[in-house]
Amino acid sequence: MGRLSLRFTALGYLALILVGPLFMMVWRTAEDLDGAWAAITDPDTVAAFKLTLMVAAIAVVVNTIFGIVCALVIVRSNLPGRGFLNAFVDLPLSLSPVIVGFSLVALYGVNGWFSWFQDNGYEILFATPSIVLATIFVTLPFVVREVVPTLREIGTEQEQAGQTLGASGWQVFWRITLPSIRWAVVYGVVLTAARAIGEFGAVAIVSGNIVGETQTATLRVEDAYQFAYGNFAPAYGISFVLAAAAAVLILILMILVQPRESRH
Amino acid sequence: MFGTIVAWVLVRDSFYGKSVVNAVIDLPFALPTIVAGLVIMALYGPRTPLRFDIGSFHFDADVTFTRGAIYVALLFVTLPFVVRTVQPVLIELDQELEEAAKSLGAGNFATFRRIVLPSILPGILSGVAMAFARAVGEIGAIVLIAGNLPFETEVASIHLFYRIEQDPEGSAAVAVVLLLISFVVLMGIGALRWYVTRHDRG
Repeated sequence: MGRLSLRFTALGYLALILVGPLFMMVWRTAEDLDGAWAAITDPDTVAAFKLTLMVAAIAVVVNTIFGIVCALVIVRSNLPGRGFLNAFVDLPLSLSPVIVGFSLVALYGVNGWFSWFQDNGYEILFATPSIVLATIFVTLPFVVREVVPTLREIGTEQEQAGQTLGASGWQVFWRITLPSIRWAVVYGVVLTAARAIGEFGAVAIVSGNIVGETQTATLRVEDAYQFAYGNFAPAYGISFVLAAAAAVLILILMILVQPRESRH
Repeated sequence: MFGTIVAWVLVRDSFYGKSVVNAVIDLPFALPTIVAGLVIMALYGPRTPLRFDIGSFHFDADVTFTRGAIYVALLFVTLPFVVRTVQPVLIELDQELEEAAKSLGAGNFATFRRIVLPSILPGILSGVAMAFARAVGEIGAIVLIAGNLPFETEVASIHLFYRIEQDPEGSAAVAVVLLLISFVVLMGIGALRWYVTRHDRG
């Protein structure tokens, strides 16, 4: 097994599984640009993009705050159960999104523990709140996972120095801790955003998929495909936009990681 | 249903690319899974350009509504996991050890098996565990291309997906099974981490 044959195998595999299909998608989009563009600018699609962006924004803000707090608890505190928390936070990574959606339905739906909301006119299921909840659940681990190792690495010396010089807890956090973990936070945020934009399984179950209202961009793609009747331009067009967004996020990650390759 | 997934894990390829491909590898992770499904469909769907006859040899890459579609989709979606967990370990790995082994007369394969493999094995395993968990729960990439024929190409998560409204108790049972699988995988990863930190740095 020479170096060349190894490289050939690896690149061949990538070409078959990854690059080839991606290229074909771009090609199919390019075949019917007008159709794709019409689908992208369709009011319902625009509404779907807006919804996706809003949900992703909420998920990013919530999970960034939660992620930093959670990482601080795991690394810096002596709370009992933080090891458990550390393991538990990973659960959404290995959990099927369908189950996430299913558990939300069980919780907020008829006979669920929180069915009070539904009974009293607060729309949660099949409305935006459940989409937000599902997305937050699914993207929970990313900021935590990025921040925890960095917190461990930077140690507590500087924080202690700050404290002995009379800084309050907040000041230590804003002036010392946050600046040292900021790249990890940004990295986690980008991953969170990517996953939030792309979530399908969990959202599909709870959203109700009402066109123009609770239909996210990924649901719109599925819709466009299932009811394509031979005209796949809309599905490819919307997919292309989503894929481009993913590519941009990956590019941001690359730029962030490149000068800090020693991080790994 | 499960046979497909297990078989898939066996087929699972783990390799590491050069810096050129480095960027592309993360794409399946950032790509919405439904888009991943569509992307697969573009090359391996009914309109595939990979269809030709050479004499009596007929080749057709259209895998729609077959298990092949599930394999391809899962391979696509889980591609980054093993690569990304093994890569950092390989970067850190001391090449001197490999060179020493070679100078002592070990062949390429022996060097790999005795020196490289033991150090990257935890990485491979945790990558496989994550990929496996992801594969068990995957829905977006499969829902379009697999056709969801019961007993043929319907995986657990899709079964659940279409059953929730008709049969809440039955789907709760399926959900619990899937949940247990995730727990087992999670504990596996945890145990692995514990094992690695104890033996490598302890």
